[in-house]
Amino acid sequence: MTQSVIVRFDKVNKWYGQHQVLHDVSLEVKKGEVVVVCGPSGSGKSTLIRTINALEPIGNGSLTLDGIAVHAKGTDLNKLRQSVGFVFQQFNLFPHMSVLDNVTFAPIRIQKRSRAEAETLARDLLARVGLAEKAGSFPGFLSGGQQQRVAIARALALQPPVILFDEPTSALDPEMVGEVLQVMKALARDGMTMICVTHEMGFAREVGDRVIFMDQGRVVVDTTPDLFFDAPDHPRVKRFLSDVRGEH
Amino acid sequence: MNFLLPPDQWAMLFGGLRTTILLFAIAWIGAFALALILVIVRATDYRVCRWSVDAFVAYHRNVPLLVQVMFWYFAMPELLPEGIRFWLYDHNAEFCLAAIALALGSAAYQAEDIRSGLRAIPGTQFEAARALGCTYMETMRFIVVPQALRISLPPLVGRALLLFKNTSIAMAIGVAELTYRTREIENLTFNTFTIFGIATVLYLLGTFSLMAFGSWLERRATPGRKERHHA
Amino acid sequence: MLEIIQDYWLTFLIGQYPNGPLGGLAMTIIVAVLSILMSFPIAVAFAMARLSAFGWLRAASAGLVNLVRGIPLLMLIFWCYFVIPIMTGYAVSGFWTLVCALTIYEAAYLSEVIRAGMASVPKGQTEAARSLGGGYFLTMRGVILPQALFNVLPGITSQFISTIKETSLGYVIAVNELTFAANQVNNLLLTQPLQVFTILAAIYFILCFVLSRGLSRLETSIRRKRGLL
Repeated sequence: MTQSVIVRFDKVNKWYGQHQVLHDVSLEVKKGEVVVVCGPSGSGKSTLIRTINALEPIGNGSLTLDGIAVHAKGTDLNKLRQSVGFVFQQFNLFPHMSVLDNVTFAPIRIQKRSRAEAETLARDLLARVGLAEKAGSFPGFLSGGQQQRVAIARALALQPPVILFDEPTSALDPEMVGEVLQVMKALARDGMTMICVTHEMGFAREVGDRVIFMDQGRVVVDTTPDLFFDAPDHPRVKRFLSDVRGEH
Repeated sequence: MNFLLPPDQWAMLFGGLRTTILLFAIAWIGAFALALILVIVRATDYRVCRWSVDAFVAYHRNVPLLVQVMFWYFAMPELLPEGIRFWLYDHNAEFCLAAIALALGSAAYQAEDIRSGLRAIPGTQFEAARALGCTYMETMRFIVVPQALRISLPPLVGRALLLFKNTSIAMAIGVAELTYRTREIENLTFNTFTIFGIATVLYLLGTFSLMAFGSWLERRATPGRKERHHA
Repeated sequence: MLEIIQDYWLTFLIGQYPNGPLGGLAMTIIVAVLSILMSFPIAVAFAMARLSAFGWLRAASAGLVNLVRGIPLLMLIFWCYFVIPIMTGYAVSGFWTLVCALTIYEAAYLSEVIRAGMASVPKGQTEAARSLGGGYFLTMRGVILPQALFNVLPGITSQFISTIKETSLGYVIAVNELTFAANQVNNLLLTQPLQVFTILAAIYFILCFVLSRGLSRLETSIRRKRGLL
């Protein structure tokens, strides 16, 4: 394997007051990998993914993105964040801008690209997520699934080498989960490096390269989807899987 | 006492302060009482009642307070029966008319604040109380009004603050309140900074104590607030 | 009453202009618009300061805002009236004194309105903008402020209406605005205060009422266009 490492956690700890939310987390994600992070609620998986683009500070340890220390003092966070896409659970589209303006916001106002160039790119991305005809609409008129697909297009507009998903389907009505997963799977097959916090086990099995299971701030299991689902040897993983599958 | 100002000027100033406080107290009590009446009248089924309350509120919200005060002082006495007019001119007409104008103006705003508080209570609260067997009056008294007052309290405190500050407008028709006295002493002595500094501090003391009283009331009227702080 | 309107409508509208200084309703509107325009950037800056990450900045801005909100506007007008000439060494016209006082006073109130608007924008909006690599000022200008200001449009509108009404206090320092003009007419006529002050109140009423209705219509139509209704 000659794949280069893009995200590296080395003994990362983080506290909220007295409460430790990340516990000696060490892991590596290589270029082109699709990593699924799961675990019970409060296990620290959202915190983990939010530290990668410094939405959350870390306590100690080191975290590098493409060789750059994310939480070092002199790091230009604005520049760093342009090289990592982030998709939120609640979409967080800008409600005062049209869909097209949401997608061109970063290329035009942050990367200072020309409007024409940015709009061509944005229309292309909207077509990829199946929403070319919604370019002129405002987010308020879209369904949750459509909003999340726009949010993915917005994250892709900076053409980042890696994209992070923080429970992208948890806030959706069940009938809209499929359309978002489809877009994510297509991305994965195109070779995008992805770190996804999600409980969608079908997605993990189909396109995931690795599954990371977290519990109480620790990485408990880091393995392949096949081993994770077919031969879970950790009791907490077993309990988690039976909870997600609705077996009681 | 010869601190900053000679004693006679202090006496003038405190006389003004007394008038300011009196004006505020009378106007506030009148305004609150009138506001409650307005809310009740507005809640009736008669279109005439609703329409007149709305017109009353709209007038007082869209015309400057100074103009309302001038209207009462210059124009209204013409409309009053002669007996009342002469009585007024014998009994500090400026003060009385300013108090009326201030009270009416503040009542319009307070009525709106109370009404939005009432509207913020979901209808299900009313239904729940009725389902438990409460009468209409009991429902209002124990369930709806306490909750509505709690919601209306912050804006009502804000209104009281504005009313206190707006008493200064009465100087325009010659009511000898704090601002009026301040100007008077300034004219007499040209001791501008001292006298305006003192008046400003007095006003600040008034507004800040009202604010403190307001937040004390809000704390008292919000059960369970302490618990939430610890959570 | 119709006779008064016929004889004096120009005085009510523009004062003695063009034979004398501009006044009346025109002056009222000029003072109000100028004050609100000048207070707006100050209010935004103070709202940002009150929500800033630096404790000293929050405390200082809160102190100043509460100080201004704690004294009557009339007091502030007198302060400007006496202090500005002493500080600058120039005689300042009543017009600029009034504009200055109203700017300071409205900036304090408006900053509270805008602060509430900024606090009401969900945290996710900041996070989304920062995740795209936007800095503090771009996030404010491009994402937070447009939403915050739009959310509190009713509050901004009512602050503007308040400003129009507050210009009437210019009367006390002899600024030639609408209330002052009406008092001049009243002094000329001497016997018809009821009619004169009814006309005066009616002009303010129409101006403020129409303005608030119009602005709330505008807001509704924008909301509908954005799918927020």
